This record gives sequence, structure tokens and C-alpha cells, in this order.
Amino acid sequence: MKGNDYIIEFKNICKSFGDKCVLNDVSISVKQGEFLTLLGPSGCGKTTLLRMLAGFGSPDSGQILINGTDITDVPPHERPVNTVFQRYALFPHLDVYDNIAFGLKLQKVPVNEIDTKVRKVLKMVSMTDYEDRDVESLSGGQQQRVAIARAIVNQPKVLLLDEPLAALDLKMRKDMQIELKEMHRKLGITFIYVTHDQEEALTLSDTIVVMNEGKIQQIGSPTDIYNEPQNSFVADFIGESNILNGKMVKDRLVEFVGHEFECVDEGFGEDVAVDVVVRPEDIYIMNRLEGSQLSAKVKSCTFKGVHYEMFVDTDKGYELMIQDYNAFEPGSEVGLFIKPADIQVMHKERTCNTFEGEIVDESHVKFLENTFECPEGHGLEAGDKVKIEVTFASVELIDHPEEGMLAGEVHFLLYKGDHYHLTILTDDGDHLWVDTNDVWDKGDLVGINIAPKDIKLVKYND
Amino acid sequence: MKRFFAQCYIWLLLIVLYAPIVFIAVFSFTESKVLGNWTGFSTKLYTNLFTGDMQGTGSLMSAIENTLVIALVAAAVSTVLGTIAAIGLHNMRGRGKQAISFLNNIPMLNPDIITGVSLFLLFVFLHVSQGYMTVILAHITFCTPYVVLSVLPKLTQMNPNIYEAALDLGATPFQALRKVLLPLLKPGMISGFILAFTMSLDDFAVTFFTRGTIGLDTLSTYIYTDARKGGLTPELRPMITIMFLGILLLLIVINLRKIRNSNKAE
Repeated sequence: MKGNDYIIEFKNICKSFGDKCVLNDVSISVKQGEFLTLLGPSGCGKTTLLRMLAGFGSPDSGQILINGTDITDVPPHERPVNTVFQRYALFPHLDVYDNIAFGLKLQKVPVNEIDTKVRKVLKMVSMTDYEDRDVESLSGGQQQRVAIARAIVNQPKVLLLDEPLAALDLKMRKDMQIELKEMHRKLGITFIYVTHDQEEALTLSDTIVVMNEGKIQQIGSPTDIYNEPQNSFVADFIGESNILNGKMVKDRLVEFVGHEFECVDEGFGEDVAVDVVVRPEDIYIMNRLEGSQLSAKVKSCTFKGVHYEMFVDTDKGYELMIQDYNAFEPGSEVGLFIKPADIQVMHKERTCNTFEGEIVDESHVKFLENTFECPEGHGLEAGDKVKIEVTFASVELIDHPEEGMLAGEVHFLLYKGDHYHLTILTDDGDHLWVDTNDVWDKGDLVGINIAPKDIKLVKYND
Repeated sequence: MKRFFAQCYIWLLLIVLYAPIVFIAVFSFTESKVLGNWTGFSTKLYTNLFTGDMQGTGSLMSAIENTLVIALVAAAVSTVLGTIAAIGLHNMRGRGKQAISFLNNIPMLNPDIITGVSLFLLFVFLHVSQGYMTVILAHITFCTPYVVLSVLPKLTQMNPNIYEAALDLGATPFQALRKVLLPLLKPGMISGFILAFTMSLDDFAVTFFTRGTIGLDTLSTYIYTDARKGGLTPELRPMITIMFLGILLLLIVINLRKIRNSNKAE
């Protein structure tokens, strides 16, 4: 080892398919024996990253190290890793025994040794007595066990698992989670696990890497990720949460939903716009108003097994989700209380849309590959480069894409208590953020208009 | 009543389809030189065929031998070429894949006579002396697309991660091909081989144009020449009958195998 105890290091990995960037400067270090999960929605690049580690596909730039050695250009069959594929990928022409023995036979391991090893792993995955079975006659869960046995029998330094439980039913998935965790403990090797199921990630992992759109959003332990999400994407993706616009009044005092709350965060500055996350189970709900920080009216109450899930409207008109063991009747007046430590304050990723553009003439400016009308009297020359600012609320969305100046698709949406914050992906591949009270769904095609008065030009100081 | 008419229709169709072959089979058991003249039951034509006691035996036997050798070689070579092509085609993406699939289909839709004439012109243009070699090359040319077409579905049905799983477990690309890919493609390759073999067996037009002038005869060109010389040699009747029964047997075997396999899969 070269001066560190990392078994795997991804260094500044970038990868594009065509003009779509799937991995953007991804760096991860994995410790020996760690259970690391790559978590994110589909298309976030997690599977691409795992496949690179296995040797299927190489990065456009960056390095992959195993035990300090660069393996970026090593072919898959020479890498000390084995993979459990999403749809098992068992060899249908071989029986269970021969599937598991496949790797050992290639290594020319003596027959009696193969026999001992195969029987050992079969026992480990509780599949003894199944060795002569045709793999296609097995159930999904059993095939999964064979796939795991086939990988671990080769004693890899790292086991890669690509959504191995995605095709199983809920009960089976829960059982297999426990078994995987147990297996990880017994084998003592490094597991790299890919999933889009946040609960699975929280249950299994030592470390979670949350990814979205080819970028790492946060790396941390399950408790860190859950309790201290670093941005609204992580907060929204992991568990249920209330994500709200807020303002850091001063150290240890934050304002949101129209009230000021004590909190534990410092160092944001004074009067700074922030995002605030409050988990629904961290809001105390009670029948009386004394001792509460704000009052609210219960809108709906649903039984969820262990707890009740309630939506309330606060006195200042914000909607909050609350989980509590007690049910409160819809229509009843309640008091709410949030402990300082349960308020998670995050820097805002952006406060308005900013684009690079160029002046066309006295009343037109070109940005997002389109020419927009803009307020006159900016005093700039045609061809001047400018920065364009458009507030989230002033972007107008319309139903028919062909009627807008730009066309796009609703890519991501976040409810912020009293409005929706949407991420729009334009047809040219640019991002645009919009605050709106209208209800849109993910994947809706929209037209985008921006009124001339809402376009603010900022000259570059050259 | 409706059922009765449906039954009649089926039987009528079958009679029209099989009457000619039954006709030949029946008349293979009589000695008459002219087809359609019943001169009493006899198995003499069969004995003649097998003892070689007939006119032009030598050339008939060599025609049969040529036909089988050409069909076997052409089917074997096109199975190898077609399988490789199918794997390559399967791994292509986007427009290239569509273009190649399209090009693969053209030779199959092309009339034999055009394939034959164009190959003939090509061989003349390249100054290749025509004979055994050119006939085999020509047969490989029109058989390969059929193999591609019977192997491709096996590849699309296959779990895309299977080949990768083999590499992942330490197989070199060649080992992965031999130990995983080929066993899984085998059923497709076998049906491709059988298809290519039968296509080659019954080809007339392409062979006719590419065999040159060295007097090479396959069964189809032999029968054609024989028929033109003034009536079919009577011994061809039992031969056609035997060939028909052979093909029938082969089809029954293939179908039985298919039924057994699908039962096993359930």
C-alpha cells in the first residue's frame, strides 16, 4: 500500500455518453472492509460508476485505483472484484453447482478443492442440496443466492452488487438485507452496493454516497445523511421531509413559515436566505396552544401502521407534514413545537436563475440559445457579454410547449410548504428553476416564457 | 356444419399441396418409362437405383455426392460466418445496426436468378475459373443471412449481463465466448445450419450460373438436364420419393425436439 489504507479510490472520474454527461468529477475513497452504498435516482450515474469498477466501460478522464494500483485500463477478467448483477445473469446452460464453480474452474483449482469451496458457499447462502438443480427452475430469491455464491466463492477483495434485491418482493427483500449484512460481517471484505432504495441504503451501509445527475451530493454515514442533509436534493430523497425557504436572522436564530425559531447553526451570516429541513417526526403536535411555537389546523390524518401521517396548515398558510403516534382530528386546532436541534439549516444552492448572454440590440438579448426582449436603456453595445438574472417566481410555465419561447420538461419538483420549486430541463439541455403555485408532475412538457420586465441584465466588470 | 366446411377446406388444400408428390410416389412402384402409365406393381426402379443398374448411374451418383458435399460445406461455413456476424450485429448500436440488418435481408428477398447472374458476372469479372469452388462460395453467400437471422433472436433473448458475468468471473473474452456464449447460441446455430443445408440442397438457379463449363452437376441441375434430354429417367421417381420421406422424417424429429424442449422449460 502506498501510504493510505484505502482499497478503492475513484479520482476525478468524468464520463459522457454523446453530449450527456453521466459522471461529473466524481471522487470517492473506500476503506478496506467498508459497506459503501451508491444511492440515487435512476440515471444518476451510480451503475455507470460501478460498471467502471468492474471493468465494463472506462472513464473519459480520471483514475480508478485498487490498493493504490491504477486499474483504469485493466480488463475485467484481471480485476480482483466480482459482481452480483441486477438480473442475476446466471448461466442457464449450467446447473447451480457449475454456475458457482465457473470461476474456480477457470483458475484451474483442483477438483476436490472446488468441491469443498462450492459446498461451503452453498451452505453460506442456505442453498445446500440445490447443487444439481437447473438454475431456471429456481425462484427469484434462490437465483439471487446462487448469484451471490458464484461471486463470493472466488474470494474477491471487493464484492460489487448492482441493485441485487430490486427484483424481489418486499418480504424477501427485507430478509435478504439482513443476510447480506451478516454475510458482509462474516466475509470481512469490501462491499460496493448500488441502489435507488433509500431505506435499503440506510439499513445496510457504513457509508452512503448520494448521487444525482452525475454528481456526488453528499457522502456520509446513514445517520449523517438522514439528520444533516447538505442540500434540498438529499433531504428530499432520503426519508420524508418538510423543505422550506428560510432566512438566517443571526447565529442560532432562523426564520421560516413566518416565525422565528431557535436553532443550533452558526456562521451563515445575518439575513441570509437558506433552505430549512424539518423531518415530519421531529415536529411536536399538541392539543393546546400554550408552550407551542405556532398554531395550525389539521387538514388530513392517515393511519400508517406505526404512526399517523398528518398534513396541517399553519397560521401563516404553510403546509407541513407531521408524523405522530397520536391521531388529531381533521379540522382541529393544534399547537406545534420544534426543538432547536431538529432544525437543519442548509445553504441555498441558488437564489435566482443566472445565464450567460449577449446583447443583440437596444431591446433584445440572446441567452439559452434564444433571443428575448429585454428592458431598453441598458446602455450596452450589441455583442457585449452580459449576465442575465431571472427570479424563480417570474418564469412563466404554460401547458403547450410550442406556445412558449422555450420548450422543456419538468425534471424535478420540491414542495416548499406554500409553493413548488421546479427544475425544468429545456430541450437544449439547460436547467431553469421555477417557483410556482400551480401543480405540475414530473415529466410534464411545458412551454417557458419570461416577460421582458423580469429580465435583469448585469454587466461584467472587465 | 361450419366445422364440416372448414374440415373440407383443409383437406382440399392438403390434397392440392401433396397430390404431385403422392403421384410420383405411386408411380415409383411401376416399371413404365413414361410417367402416368401404370404397368403393374414393381419395385424394380428401387432395385435399379440401389444396384446402379440403370443408364447414367455414374453421373447421378456423383451429382448426389456433389449436392451433399456442397450443402454440408456451405452450411458449415455459413454457420460460422453467420454466428460471428450476428454477435457483431447484436453489439452494434443505432443507425449502423439498422443499416446492416437491412443489408442482411436483401439477399434473402432477392430472386435466386438475380443472385446467380450477379455472382456469375462477378466471377467472370474477377477472372475466377468457375467450378466446385465458385458454387460453394455462391452457396455460402446466400446461406449466411439465414444463419444470421436464426442466431440473432437467441442473442436478443439472452440476459445482456451474461457475457459480462463470465468476464467478471475471470474468463478471457475467448473463454467467455466458448464456455458461455456459444452453448447458449447453439440451438440458433443448429436451426441456422439446417436452414442453410436445405437452402443449398434445393438451389438450382445460383448453381446453374456459377458452376461454369466443367460439367459439374448437382442433383437439381442433373434432373433439369435429364428432363430436357427427353423425359425423366424413371429411376428418379423412387429417388424423389426417398428424398421426400427423408425430409419428412427430419421435420418430424425437429418438431418432436421442439415439443420436448418446451415441455422441459415449463
